[in-house]
Amino acid sequence: MLTINNLKVGIGNKQILKGLDLTVNTGEVHAIMGPNGSGKSTLANVLAGRDNYEVMSGTVEYDGRDLFELAPEERAREGIFLAFQYPVEIPGVNNIYLLKAALNGIRKHQGKGALDAVEFLQVVREKMKLVKMDESLLNRSVNEGFSGGEKKRNEIFQMAVLDPRLAILDETDSGLDIDALKTVAEGVNSLRNESRSIVLVTHYQRLLNYIVPDYVHVLSDGKIIRSGSRELAVELEEKGYDWVRQEARAA
Amino acid sequence: MSEAAVSHYLAEYEQFRDTLTAPWFAQPRAAALDFLRTNGFPSRRTEQWKYTDVTPITRKKFTVGRSAPAAVDDAFVDSLRFSRLDCHELVFINGSFSAALSRNEPLPEGVAVQPLQSVKPDDALLLDSCFVDGEIKNAFSALNTAFVNDGVLIHVPDNTEVAIPIHIIYISGQADATLMSNPRNLVALGRNAGASVIESFAGIPDTEYLTNNHTAILGRAGSRLDYYSIQQESQRAYHIGNTRIRQQADSRVDCHTLSLGGKLARSDIDVELDEPGAEVKLNGLYLTNNRQHVDNHTLVEHKQPHTTSHEHFRGVMNGHSRAVFNGKVIVHEQAQKTEAHQSNANLLLSGNAEVDTKPELEIYADDVKCSHGATVGQLDENMLFYLRSRGVDEHTARSLLTYAFAEEIIRDIRFPEIRERLEHSIAGELPDTDLIEEFVK
Repeated sequence: MLTINNLKVGIGNKQILKGLDLTVNTGEVHAIMGPNGSGKSTLANVLAGRDNYEVMSGTVEYDGRDLFELAPEERAREGIFLAFQYPVEIPGVNNIYLLKAALNGIRKHQGKGALDAVEFLQVVREKMKLVKMDESLLNRSVNEGFSGGEKKRNEIFQMAVLDPRLAILDETDSGLDIDALKTVAEGVNSLRNESRSIVLVTHYQRLLNYIVPDYVHVLSDGKIIRSGSRELAVELEEKGYDWVRQEARAA
Repeated sequence: MSEAAVSHYLAEYEQFRDTLTAPWFAQPRAAALDFLRTNGFPSRRTEQWKYTDVTPITRKKFTVGRSAPAAVDDAFVDSLRFSRLDCHELVFINGSFSAALSRNEPLPEGVAVQPLQSVKPDDALLLDSCFVDGEIKNAFSALNTAFVNDGVLIHVPDNTEVAIPIHIIYISGQADATLMSNPRNLVALGRNAGASVIESFAGIPDTEYLTNNHTAILGRAGSRLDYYSIQQESQRAYHIGNTRIRQQADSRVDCHTLSLGGKLARSDIDVELDEPGAEVKLNGLYLTNNRQHVDNHTLVEHKQPHTTSHEHFRGVMNGHSRAVFNGKVIVHEQAQKTEAHQSNANLLLSGNAEVDTKPELEIYADDVKCSHGATVGQLDENMLFYLRSRGVDEHTARSLLTYAFAEEIIRDIRFPEIRERLEHSIAGELPDTDLIEEFVK
């Protein structure tokens, strides 16, 4: 589904990703772990199409297509979803109207008809339960005045409604207390299926206790320096990132 | 240029004076003409007019309409009414009251809402309420005082609430003349009285004229006024608006001004919080395009302790348009425990648009809470990316964020019908809003 080859990305004069390779097959859940500044969020944002990064070389194929030929909105309609590390507050733009427009835009792109108000509300009610979202948040402006936990829940709620084929979760666990983390994780788990791929970007392995990945990759200084199963995450937790960095240097 | 304009208006006055039907204005008129003769029109050397050149107005030599106003298309008038909101409506065509187009709703006993022309010279209401605002601020208020011939007197007695809004509609413009109108509206609320007053200014499309309005508001102790000024003049028109608000103890005025039309528009709002507990909210929105020029000057004077002002103006500038915002707040020495907040945010949609914004705070008391801020910018890139990452295309996302930025100013309007109408008007002035229908309703 997603094939990243020797990707090099910079911002300003600073190179952040320095030759990253990653393959994600349909239905797999991959965790990308790494210390601060390793390039995790850059990877997530480049995949979603944020344009203040410069792609210096390398390729990203999504479903056999060159991802960089697609605008952010086209990527979304093709089934890519980014759950933001810091969801943006957008005063004056209604949460539910945005979601309806987004969903119907995606459906139209897929050749499906738009949902009417009743059908849409049915979908919304059902998905809200997944992340225990308070209904009062629906009619507010996007993320405006939401608590940290509510913002993250809203991201996963949007993911549930938009039903993406590739979901990238950027530090979805950060800033969540343990109860909120469990709720969000349960929501994500309920969205796991064989046709959806998920990339979890996280600093801590805590999240991986609740969302168990198929593969774990360690990103350090712009490259994946080690890949393994979920045991790698546990080992990282015990030994720290320095351990894997030293091993990589020794190798 | 200014001298020629002054001579023109003095001559125009000589021709016009016999038709005047508001004789109680004789004294102020004479003073106003003197002012005009002595001071002329402001130039850009005058600090208050530094960014707004009135030469386009002074060289036009507007005249008072002498013939009966041309008939106005009913549909046009209806488009200015609030179809789903009962209002007491007074309609003026080129400054003259039209009984035929106006609509009366029943008003509580003792409430006066009437065209100025029908106010009798010895009317106690008029004299009692310092309605004849003798203070001449500049050439335009002088012009208004010299030529005022109609307008609306609103008087709400003590402890009386007018539930339905009072809507004053000024329609201007005539194809074969460059007319001016100088309406004057006088709003006086008694103690603990309440009312909602809307002024709509609209023009026959493509006509050139000057509307030089003056509105004086007096809120007595404990009164509450919702006041709206909606300026949608023709794209070739000139609009000058002077609003003076004076408030007594524990009174509250919520003032909403929308500046959408006109080629050159200048609005001055002067507020005096004269007694403790007086509170004013000033919300303003200006949307400009092409070569429009819109200037908003506000002055809030906190004269006594425990007075509050909240001022929030926003502008969206496109094309080669230009906007000016000047917000002055004076907290007088004795006005302790004043709370004064001001903000002005501007969104530039075009590299050729321009805005000059200037907050001015003069604080002579030491126990006050005051804040001010002015911003000028483009759309937020993070918001844009967020929307696009949800599948919203870039054009739609830009339109949506622009609309949301503007709409925030009117979000708290308490009549849904007024709010919806204004939302519609705003959408009509901003780019690509046809793309965002499903987001806004």
